[in-house]
Amino acid sequence: MRMKRLMLGAAALSVMAPAAMAERGTDGQLNIIYWQAPSTLNPYLSAGTKDTESASMVLEPLAGFDTAGNVIPKLAAEVPSRENGGIAEDLKSITWKLKPDLKWSDGSPVTSADVKFTADYCMNPDGGCAQLARYEGVEKIETPDDLTITIHFKEPRPNPFTAFTGSQSPVLQKAQFEACTGAAASTCTEQNFGPIGTGPWVVKEFRTNDVVTFEANPNYRDPAKPAFATAMIKGGGDAAAAARSVLETGEFDYAWNTQVAPDVLAQMKSAGKGETLAAFGTLVERLELNMTDGSSDQPEGERSTAKHPNPILSDERVRRALSMAIDRGMLNEIGYGEAGKPTCNLVPAPEAFASDNTGCLAQDVEGAKALLDEAGWVVGGDGIREKDGRRLKLVYQSPINPIRQDFQALIKQWWQDIGVETELKTIDASVFFGGDAGSPDTFQHFYADVEMYANNFDGTDPEPYLAQRVCAKMPSPETQWQGENINRFCDPEYDKLVAELGKTAEQPARGDIAKRLNDMLTKDSMSILPLIARGRFSAKSVTLGGVDMGAWDSELANTADWFRIK
Amino acid sequence: MLNFVLRRILLAIPTLIFISLVIFLLLEASPGDPLGDVPLTVPPEVREKMREALGLGQEWYIRYFLWLKQFFWVEPLHWFDQIFGTSFSQGMQRIISFQTRSPAFDVIAQRLPQTLTVVGMSYVIGVMIALPIGIISAYRQYSWFDQIGTFISMVGFSLPTFFTGVVLIIVFGIKLQWFPSIYDTTHRVTDWDSFVVQVRQMVMPVTVLALYNAAQISRFMRASMLDNLRQDYVRTARAKGLSEKVVVLKHVLRNSLIPVVTVIALGLPTVFGGAIITEQVFKVNGLGQLLILAINSNDIPMVMTLTFIFAILIVTFTLIADLLYGFLDPRIRYD
Repeated sequence: MRMKRLMLGAAALSVMAPAAMAERGTDGQLNIIYWQAPSTLNPYLSAGTKDTESASMVLEPLAGFDTAGNVIPKLAAEVPSRENGGIAEDLKSITWKLKPDLKWSDGSPVTSADVKFTADYCMNPDGGCAQLARYEGVEKIETPDDLTITIHFKEPRPNPFTAFTGSQSPVLQKAQFEACTGAAASTCTEQNFGPIGTGPWVVKEFRTNDVVTFEANPNYRDPAKPAFATAMIKGGGDAAAAARSVLETGEFDYAWNTQVAPDVLAQMKSAGKGETLAAFGTLVERLELNMTDGSSDQPEGERSTAKHPNPILSDERVRRALSMAIDRGMLNEIGYGEAGKPTCNLVPAPEAFASDNTGCLAQDVEGAKALLDEAGWVVGGDGIREKDGRRLKLVYQSPINPIRQDFQALIKQWWQDIGVETELKTIDASVFFGGDAGSPDTFQHFYADVEMYANNFDGTDPEPYLAQRVCAKMPSPETQWQGENINRFCDPEYDKLVAELGKTAEQPARGDIAKRLNDMLTKDSMSILPLIARGRFSAKSVTLGGVDMGAWDSELANTADWFRIK
Repeated sequence: MLNFVLRRILLAIPTLIFISLVIFLLLEASPGDPLGDVPLTVPPEVREKMREALGLGQEWYIRYFLWLKQFFWVEPLHWFDQIFGTSFSQGMQRIISFQTRSPAFDVIAQRLPQTLTVVGMSYVIGVMIALPIGIISAYRQYSWFDQIGTFISMVGFSLPTFFTGVVLIIVFGIKLQWFPSIYDTTHRVTDWDSFVVQVRQMVMPVTVLALYNAAQISRFMRASMLDNLRQDYVRTARAKGLSEKVVVLKHVLRNSLIPVVTVIALGLPTVFGGAIITEQVFKVNGLGQLLILAINSNDIPMVMTLTFIFAILIVTFTLIADLLYGFLDPRIRYD
C-alpha cells in the first residue's frame, strides 16, 4: 500500500519535472537492510564488514576499488603511479594529491593535515586500531602543502595501496577526532557514532546495533548527487528475513548478504519485486589438511607441531585422493547456488593473480581409489582402508554453520566410498575463530586432520596472504598458537619464492609468481583443497538503479550514484 | 512493616553481589572470544593490540572489581552529573561495551523505550484479556466458553513465539501485506497518521506476546476463582440474598486476585528483560535483542550489566510481590 503510494508519488513527480535529469535529494528515502546491524561508524575501531560498509556512506578514502579491482580516485585527484611520479622509483614512498576545494560535511576544507592525522590516529599504540595492518611499515608522513601527502615506507613497497585505499581506511576529520587518540579512542562515543565525512551522506541518528539514518550531504562534491534525500540502514533479524523484505514485500530497497538456501531464494524471487547480485572476490571455502599430527596420541605441547608429521596425510597421494573424491560442483549447488563457484585456487581473483587451475573440478572416485591402493592403503574387512595396522581414519572439524555441516556430511560420504573413515567434529564459530591460546578447539591449534573454513585477503594484492604459508608462520605453543600457516605447510622452495615476490614490483611478473605460489599450495602439494569461491551476494529492489556491486570495496561505496527507477 | 522491608533490602545486597560474581565467573569460564568476529584478514599482532585496548590483558579479579566500581560508583556519579550539571565523574571510565565501544548504559537507555512499548503493551493487553477469561471460565466451568478458553490458553502455552511470530509474518506481512514485517524503531508518533503506522507495526509482535502472557495468567485466574467459588463464605453470601454480581465480582474476585496479583508482579521483570525471540523475529531491536547480540559476540561488560540489572529487577519485584500480598490480605503480617 505504502509502496504503491510512494510509486504514485514518484510517478507524479516525474510527470511534473521531466526536464530535471538528476538532482540532489529528489528520490525520497533509500532503505537498506543489514541483518547484522552496524555497531559503530568508525572503521578504525571495528573490522566488521557491517561497520566498515555502513561507515563508507559517510567516510571516504583517498582511493577506492572499482568492480574489476582497479584502484580509482576518491578524494585523491588521481591515482599515483610510477608514470605520473606519484610512486617513487625505489618504491619507498607514494605521493597523493587531494582534489582541490574538497569540503567536509560541516563545510570546513579537507586538507593534508586530516590525512596525516588519520594515520597517526590509527598508528597510536594505545588505540587498538583494527586497521593497523594497513599502516604497517609506514615510516613517516609528510605534508608539504595543504593538498599533498607523501607516505614514506621503511621497506620498498611494491603494492602501496593499503593505507587510505578502500573503505577500511578512510580519512577522518582532524578537528573532530583530535581529542580521541590513543586510549581515549573508545570514550569518544559521539564521534565514533557520528563521524563527519566527505561522502554523500551525513549521519542524522545512529542507534548502535539497530539503525542508522542519514541525510544527503549538502557539501558533497557532486552537486547533483546523491539522488536520494535520506537513507536508512536497518539492522536485525537474519539473512532470510532481509532477503524477503526486498524480494517479496518490497519494504527495503537493498539487502546485504542475502545468503539463503538456493530453493528458498528462488521462491522469494518469483514475487518479482527484486533481483539478486553476486560479485566474486577472494573468499574461498577450503579444506586445510594438517601436515602435522594433531591426534591425542601426541603429548600436549607437541600436538600439531612440526615435531610429528601427520601419519596419514604426509603422503601426497592420500591428499590427492581425498581431493579427487570430492564433487565440488554438487557442493556448490547444495550450499551456495548463485553465490558460489567451484574452485581449485586459493587465490581465485583478481584475474592477474588467478591461476588457470581447474584440474580438481571433475570428481574421480576410481582414480582416488587407485591412488590409495598405490599408496599401500588396502581395503579392510569393513570397507575402511588399512596400512601397517593403522586405519585410514581422519578427524574433520569445522565451525557450526548449516551449510558447513551439509558439506561435512557429503564429504564424509564421498570419502567413505573410497575407504576413508571420517569422524566429524563441529565447533562454535566464536571459539573456532576466537584465537584463545588456552582453548584446544581454535583453528590455529588444529587438533584434527582436516578442517574447513573460509578466508580471504584484503584489497587486490595477494602477497601478504600467500606469505602466510611460510614455515616460520606455523602456529605452535612457542608462539602462543598465533600464526597464519594453519596447515603447517613447509617448503623451503615456497619460502624462497615468497621472498622473491616481495622484491618484484612489475605487474606481469608479480602475477606469475603469485600463481606459482598458489599452485604449490594447491595442485602441486594438495595441502590445501579449495572447494568453493564464495561471492558477495546481495539483493536489490527492481526500482533501485545505479547499483554496481564489486567484491573489492564496500557495497555501499557508490551510494552517491544510486537512484530510483521511475 | 518498615523493619521487614529494611531487613529484606539489607539481605538483598550480599545476594546481588554474589549474583554478579557468579555471572562474571560464568562468562569468564564460558568459551568464546570478544574478538571472535574480527575477520581473519586482521593479523594476530593487531588482534592482540585490540585485545589490550579492551582491557582484556588484566587478571579476571581486577576486571571484576573494576566493573563493580564502574557500576556502583562511576555510573551513579555520571547520572548525578547529568542531572545537576556537576563534573564529579570527569575522567572516570564508564562501563564500555566491547562491540560498540560506547557506554553500556547509554545503549540500554536507548533500547528501553522499544522494549517497554512493545513488550510492556503486550503484558498489559495480555493481563486485560486474561482476567475476564479466567473469571468467566471459572464461573461457567466446563461450559463451551470455558472449553474454548482452555483450548486457546493451551495453544498460547504450547506454541513457541518463534513459531507463531513467523506464521503471522508469513500470513499478514507477506501474503496479505497488512502489516510491515520489519519494525521501524526510528518511527515517531506526531499525529494521527503516524500513530496508525505505529499501531500497525506493533500489532503482530504484541499479539504474539499477549497470547503467550494471557495464556499463563488466565489459567492462574481460573484456578484461583475455582478455589474461592467453593468456599463457605460464598455460600453464606448467597444465603444472605446478595446478587450474583456482588457475590462474584466483590467477594470471590477480590479474594481470588491475591495470588494472581503476585504472579503478575513477579512477571513484570521479564518485561524489562525484553522478549529475546520475538524481538529478533520482528526486528524490534529492544533489550532482548541487545542481550542476545552481546552474548553472541562475548561482549562481557554489556552482558554483565544487562543480566545484573535483570537480577536487581527480579529481587525488587519479588519484594514488591511480598509486600502486595500483605497489603491485599490483611491476615498476613510481617512482624
